[in-house]
Amino acid sequence: MHLLFKAARVIDPASGLDAQADVLVEGGKIKEISSSLPEAKVTAPGKVINCQGKILVPGLIDMHCHLREPGHEYKETIETGSKAAAAGGYTSIVCMANTLPVNDCRAVTEYILRQARDKALVNVYPVGAVTKGLKGESLAEIGDMREAGIVAVSDDGQPVMNSSLFRRALEYAAGLGLPVISHCEDLNLRGQGVMNEGYMSTILGLRGIPKAAEVIMVQRDIILAELAGAPLHIAHVSTAESVQIIREAKRRGVPVTAETAPHYFSLTDEAVRTYDTNTKMNPPLRTTVDVAAIIAGLQDGTLDAIATDHAPQSPVEKDVEFDYAANGIIGLETALPLTLTLVHQGHLSLMKALEKLTCQPARILNLPGGKLQVGASADLTLIDLNREYTVDINKFKSKSRNSPFHGWQLKGKAIMTIVSGRIVYSED
Amino acid sequence: MNAPQAEKINLNQTSNQPKIKWKRKDLLGIAELDPAEIELILNTAESFKEISSREIKKVPTLRGKTVINLFFEPSTRTRTSFEIAAKRLSADAVNISTSTSSVVKGETLIDTAKNLEAMNPDCIVIRHSASGAPHLLARLMKVPIINAGDGAHEHPTQALLDLFTVREKLGHLAGLKIVIAGDILHSRVARSNIFGFLKMGAEVHLTGPRTMRPPEIEKLGVCWHTSLKEIIPEADVIMMLRLQLERQEGGFFPTLREYSRLFGLNMELMKETKPGVLIMHPGPINRGVEISPEVADGPFSVILDQVTNGVAVRMALLYLLVGGTE
Repeated sequence: MHLLFKAARVIDPASGLDAQADVLVEGGKIKEISSSLPEAKVTAPGKVINCQGKILVPGLIDMHCHLREPGHEYKETIETGSKAAAAGGYTSIVCMANTLPVNDCRAVTEYILRQARDKALVNVYPVGAVTKGLKGESLAEIGDMREAGIVAVSDDGQPVMNSSLFRRALEYAAGLGLPVISHCEDLNLRGQGVMNEGYMSTILGLRGIPKAAEVIMVQRDIILAELAGAPLHIAHVSTAESVQIIREAKRRGVPVTAETAPHYFSLTDEAVRTYDTNTKMNPPLRTTVDVAAIIAGLQDGTLDAIATDHAPQSPVEKDVEFDYAANGIIGLETALPLTLTLVHQGHLSLMKALEKLTCQPARILNLPGGKLQVGASADLTLIDLNREYTVDINKFKSKSRNSPFHGWQLKGKAIMTIVSGRIVYSED
Repeated sequence: MNAPQAEKINLNQTSNQPKIKWKRKDLLGIAELDPAEIELILNTAESFKEISSREIKKVPTLRGKTVINLFFEPSTRTRTSFEIAAKRLSADAVNISTSTSSVVKGETLIDTAKNLEAMNPDCIVIRHSASGAPHLLARLMKVPIINAGDGAHEHPTQALLDLFTVREKLGHLAGLKIVIAGDILHSRVARSNIFGFLKMGAEVHLTGPRTMRPPEIEKLGVCWHTSLKEIIPEADVIMMLRLQLERQEGGFFPTLREYSRLFGLNMELMKETKPGVLIMHPGPINRGVEISPEVADGPFSVILDQVTNGVAVRMALLYLLVGGTE
């Protein structure tokens, strides 16, 4: 089937292209990009899409989400998660291993990929566990899972506290061509903390998690990556100090990359004031100083990517006392608008913002997508930069509602999402 | 130019005792109260205090009203105080005590509270080990909620009875030097008192082991001191906090012996105090740990006055929140 995108502003961060153009899709691939393509090129049942005033970009890639299947299907499934992704402009999502059972062996990886093939609207790439059962004790069968289709390994949610084991994981995964994604957190320093340690934790009487709990492990992991000479990706960076350490490591050539999530540049721990459990996540919301540093890290490339850390939780986990509430918020349907807010505020160029949602995650994880070029798979997202709307959790495609952004007025969103030439989401 | 004028208006308000009305559905913390509201509660408590010294300690004010004391943490003093306060106002008091948290029990806090609300109480008094638990209920329920202590967050009725006691004994609050000493980090009493005394124009000085100093506490407008000795000679009030052994994650201090020697209040230190200093403690006391028995039972101790005044303050709050007939 043909799709012809007429008069779009085409932006491809991978090649630096930013031009008014028509894009023709045929057989699931990008056939032609030209300043003007005749509508005659489209044969029935093809479609011509008028993109006047809209931006056509490579399909967004979320390199860090939780789809909860298998095991916690009441929070999200691969199907519903993929619908949320499509609605948020994502054409590829990378799901973490902390399912039940944990994705620490081929059978689970294959199950996820089979569910994805049968039910998902977007491309799903699983991450395998570093250690069996995320227990931090012995390596999972990383090689076997790689053959089955994982794109990285991570014990996300549970740091590998044993430095020797983490070193071996870095080395072993590197030998197989896989990066290790690290959730950086010193569990002893975190203790029973439930929010950022500082003024807000003091007045709210909630146990704090010092920034040092993250920073120490960012530093440790970088030193170990240096020792191992192996690629390391730091997940959900939340503190100013982490940004600085990563910046210095990159400067001396350590093969480290890093992501942050929209909530770390959109919110501070001030949001916890009402004890809203939708402001509880790990790492926790930090301070204005950290938000500024995260934005600076995005600007200078220290932070390569923006990921959602989409973490669906049901009311069972969230409608309880703050201390007992589960961590995490959903993000697939708000990440692009929140990132575009940085663009509207003048913090990031549109090109740079899009790069962190497309070609950068593709590069870090060696994924096929992330570029809008002739011959590439037709994974595309059409964005209306000026569409103003109010976030309504009740309209989310995700099975869960745990978002702190309900009621926020945002500007700019995905209005059409195309995966392999097929329209998987369309507004109106 | 504006500041003195504003001050004057405030003074007028207090001296003329204007009938400011209680407007809040709940009492969740001291942090959100303004000085006029605190004053209203203290003044109301003053008029209720006399009832407890009568032969017949009962007025019909809240007849036909039901107050539920929902306690998820062990408590003798506070729960009994609320119960007596309700009964002296002729309300029916129902006590629910469960030492296990709602989560352990299997029913959620919200479900428990909604079930109680379905029986049409007029007020729910809640104590809970999780900070913010009363706020969760207040958001979801129509019935007035009184926070009787939530985690390490606030214990507003304790602070109000402390303010009441100091005002009663010293005649005023503004300008006083209040020392709060001990486990500030885990103490909801400390937080509520810091907010309360500061709002009423007193100075608040804190001391204790450095491990128990809450992060960025100075931002509240308090002073931190490394030892009791350093601040004690200037203090008008010394409030010793209970060392909350059950909340320790460990490693905050080496031994009870050392804690008592370095951070406890004893007769030796009492030699340095001003004449007429008030010694306070929210209870229950760990005798010989944060306060020596001689000091707790000594002439400057107002610890039992605090307990007496607790009933009056809680009567005032039930009256203000639940209403009823004069």
